[in-house]
Amino acid sequence: MISPECPCGAADHWSRRTLLKAAGLSGIAWLTPLADRLALAAEARSVGQARSVILLWLAGGASQLDTFDPHPDSPVAQGAKAIDTSVKGIRLSENLPQTAEILDEVTLVRSVVSQEGDHERATYAIKTGYRPSPTIVHPSIGAVVCHELHDPGIDIPTHVSILTGRWPARGGHFGAKYDAFQIWDPVNDIPDVRARVPEEREARRRAGLDAVEKAFARGRDPKLEADRTLHLTNMAEARRMMTSEQIAAFNVADLPESDRAPYGDTPFGRGCLAARQLIEAGVRCVEVTLTGWDSHANNLETQQRQCAVLDAAYASLIRDLRRRGLLESTVVICGTEFGRTPKVNGIDGRDHWPHGFSIALAGGGFRRGHVVGETDPHGEKKEPADKVPVEDIHATVQHALGIDPATEYTAGQRPVILSDGRVRENLLL
Amino acid sequence: MLSPSKTPAPAAVEGDRTEASIRATVDRVNAEFAAAWAEAGVEPAPPADDLAVIRRLSLGLTGSVPSLEEIRAFEARPEGPRRIQWWLSHLFEDSRSADYLAERYARAFVGVENGPFLVYRRGRLVSWLSGQFRENRPYDELVRDLIAAEGLWTSNPEANFITATIDQNEKKRGPDEIKLAARTTRAFLGVRIDCMQCHDDKFGDRWKQEDFHQLAAFYAGAEMRITGVQDRKNKVYEFRYLGERDEQPVPQAVPFSPELLPTSGAPRERLAKWATHPENRAFSRAAVNRVWAILFGRPLVEAIDDIPLEGPYPPGLESLADDFVAHDFDLRHLIRTIAATRPYTLDSRSGDPARPVTEAEEMHWAAFPLTRLRPEQIAGGVTQAASLDTLDDEASVLRRIQRFGDRNQFVKRWGDPGEEEFAELTGTIPQRLLMMNGNLVKERTSPNPVMNASTRIGALSGDPTRAVEAAYLCVLTRRPTPEETEFFAGTLEKRNPNARNRAMEDLFWTLMNATEFSWNH
Repeated sequence: MISPECPCGAADHWSRRTLLKAAGLSGIAWLTPLADRLALAAEARSVGQARSVILLWLAGGASQLDTFDPHPDSPVAQGAKAIDTSVKGIRLSENLPQTAEILDEVTLVRSVVSQEGDHERATYAIKTGYRPSPTIVHPSIGAVVCHELHDPGIDIPTHVSILTGRWPARGGHFGAKYDAFQIWDPVNDIPDVRARVPEEREARRRAGLDAVEKAFARGRDPKLEADRTLHLTNMAEARRMMTSEQIAAFNVADLPESDRAPYGDTPFGRGCLAARQLIEAGVRCVEVTLTGWDSHANNLETQQRQCAVLDAAYASLIRDLRRRGLLESTVVICGTEFGRTPKVNGIDGRDHWPHGFSIALAGGGFRRGHVVGETDPHGEKKEPADKVPVEDIHATVQHALGIDPATEYTAGQRPVILSDGRVRENLLL
Repeated sequence: MLSPSKTPAPAAVEGDRTEASIRATVDRVNAEFAAAWAEAGVEPAPPADDLAVIRRLSLGLTGSVPSLEEIRAFEARPEGPRRIQWWLSHLFEDSRSADYLAERYARAFVGVENGPFLVYRRGRLVSWLSGQFRENRPYDELVRDLIAAEGLWTSNPEANFITATIDQNEKKRGPDEIKLAARTTRAFLGVRIDCMQCHDDKFGDRWKQEDFHQLAAFYAGAEMRITGVQDRKNKVYEFRYLGERDEQPVPQAVPFSPELLPTSGAPRERLAKWATHPENRAFSRAAVNRVWAILFGRPLVEAIDDIPLEGPYPPGLESLADDFVAHDFDLRHLIRTIAATRPYTLDSRSGDPARPVTEAEEMHWAAFPLTRLRPEQIAGGVTQAASLDTLDDEASVLRRIQRFGDRNQFVKRWGDPGEEEFAELTGTIPQRLLMMNGNLVKERTSPNPVMNASTRIGALSGDPTRAVEAAYLCVLTRRPTPEETEFFAGTLEKRNPNARNRAMEDLFWTLMNATEFSWNH
């Protein structure tokens, strides 16, 4: 082949992306080297088969009554109806017909409780399993997974957030490099991934950068790059992506219509499809956000509209993972920051309700077709039966991933454990 | 290169007056910091180079780095503290600073959303604010105008502060007293009592739900009429408190310092006078904290809108607040004072490479804190650094339009932190991709003998050493170290013009992609 010094920009020819393109191959799953894939497949540990997590985040607060926990015969129902599901005796809101069909893959927790009723604080609580603290930032579930399981050795970020909402998944005290990599509607290429100059000039630019960075570092904290700026770290990561074919996993535009249609023609649907591709490529955690659930007014219409988007995407994702043999190794969490008041307010809306709401878990060793907990059908503010504090969900998910929730870290001066929740064996197979 | 007509020359007399008016407070603030440093056992960093200080000031007040033209004008003046004060006069005369400050304040006052289109024009409010800053209107008057604004959002732009809160999807028509109360306390008073909207204080027993709603009651009468925002007389605000069955009338009352509330007048006028009262310390402290944050990139008290009413306060805050009140809420005077203090003029690094600056020293303001630049500052920096001339009002219309369009595009792609502009943000891979491969940097550094500084410097400077120096001044507002000069001059030597253009492009690209370019330091 042409030498890298060739002035025609031949260095591009050496990147894997170009090589692969030249080879006329398509598909992406095989792009993670075989040895890595075998290693990932062999990650089975004594406890926990799961090795990755997908979090479908219903931002704003989905109404448990209009999704996973209907009370159709109660005055609090606002007239909403329920339908049968693939699990005998369990009914879901009529807003989720496709989800009803795959409910036999799901463990439904209808009695989640948290202590936070403000969007930002509650989002923090559900994503990290801890209440917000003035002295420490806890890592979100995706950051925990990336930090605790071994680096899958892929060229793309291992923690991804699609259609990021206002409070994306953070690395917290594990550091900014565990923050989620954010992308938007995955029909577009990740912008700016193509180098503007041939490799020979890139190399010269890198050499120049060394000189400038050396001058800047003088008299400053030697850990500045590692602890705060991550500037060169991110540049190196960016370069690695630029030359990798694995970035195709971020894009669903080239998939056949038959793959895309079931997920629904929505950014969230495409996000879920991209999540499947990313998990397949070896990514540890993907968060996909659907905003718009905050139905303080016109609750029924709002929840219906949102559910139409969620239902197709969620059910298709579960089916797709199952068909591809990925569901055993992937925990799919469908969660929200809080539920909504059983009693309707003066403008047909429902307000914030952290006192008993639903989170659905599937795959990764969670039981199939199982329900835990029960909320009061009359919407009284009393403890739900068999309540599950949000930290228990975290402990249980960590356990399913073979992570010991009692693992201790030092954050600032303080020792903290990954989760102070209790592992709920009854949620697991 | 520098046209003398564009060089502002404030009279020397004014320089003396400025110096005298700020001296006493600067000395007091410095003494407070020196005492705090001694007590904490931290060693202050050496003074920063003047060029480092003017870079900080330009980034804070105009959202851009100084141009090569401006640097040359600055360096032509005699050294000393007066030179920095001259630089401030220069920035105040440049309308970019009023425009930029207006945008920064608008974020705190109305957020970044475009909001309810039919009744709200964010742009009008920003340009109104810009006009206020250009005239250096006293800050208390400005805030009173916002709180008590009436009329049409088109002809009375300050009314957009009120109309921004209208939610056209909600059943309640008209301005939202809850949102207005939250803005008022956070943005003007640095107090967070909006959490008490739904419940009493969970982190202490300081605030009650009533405190918040009684404040909101001042805004309850504001409604939308054909003539714009007007107050309905004797409108009673009602609210159902947590644990209560029924709504109850909520009287108008302020959450602290009730003695400062005028007994008569329209509700919002009373509230405006109370909020901005010279003895309402929360107001002057919040104002100082915001100016400090804009200049340093980090507020003196964190979070910016959560300053304790009873202290304890960091060094400097009370003295600066006193001084701000004594000088009739003069923002320019406050900026000049802060810019002259020791914390602002210290280096961000230690003089001794064997004993680098520690995080503790930064926390105590014993070294200038490193903060990540905001996206529009990066975009502004790229655009300005790529031009030899100052991109101010006198720059060509074409250039200004281009600057505006490029900046908006860039900010969108970078990720705009919105109102949370002083939160500790992390850099991201997409940001690095944008700087490495994005359009803005490519267009502003690639060979273009008409527009781009890289090409022009390469062509004008026969001497590679001088070309490297000019590039460093343009992009990083400093001179290269001998090692840097040697490295880059080597890439420029004995090349044909095309190769040299490419080498200059590489040099500019490299400097813009360095850590140093993306941080305030």
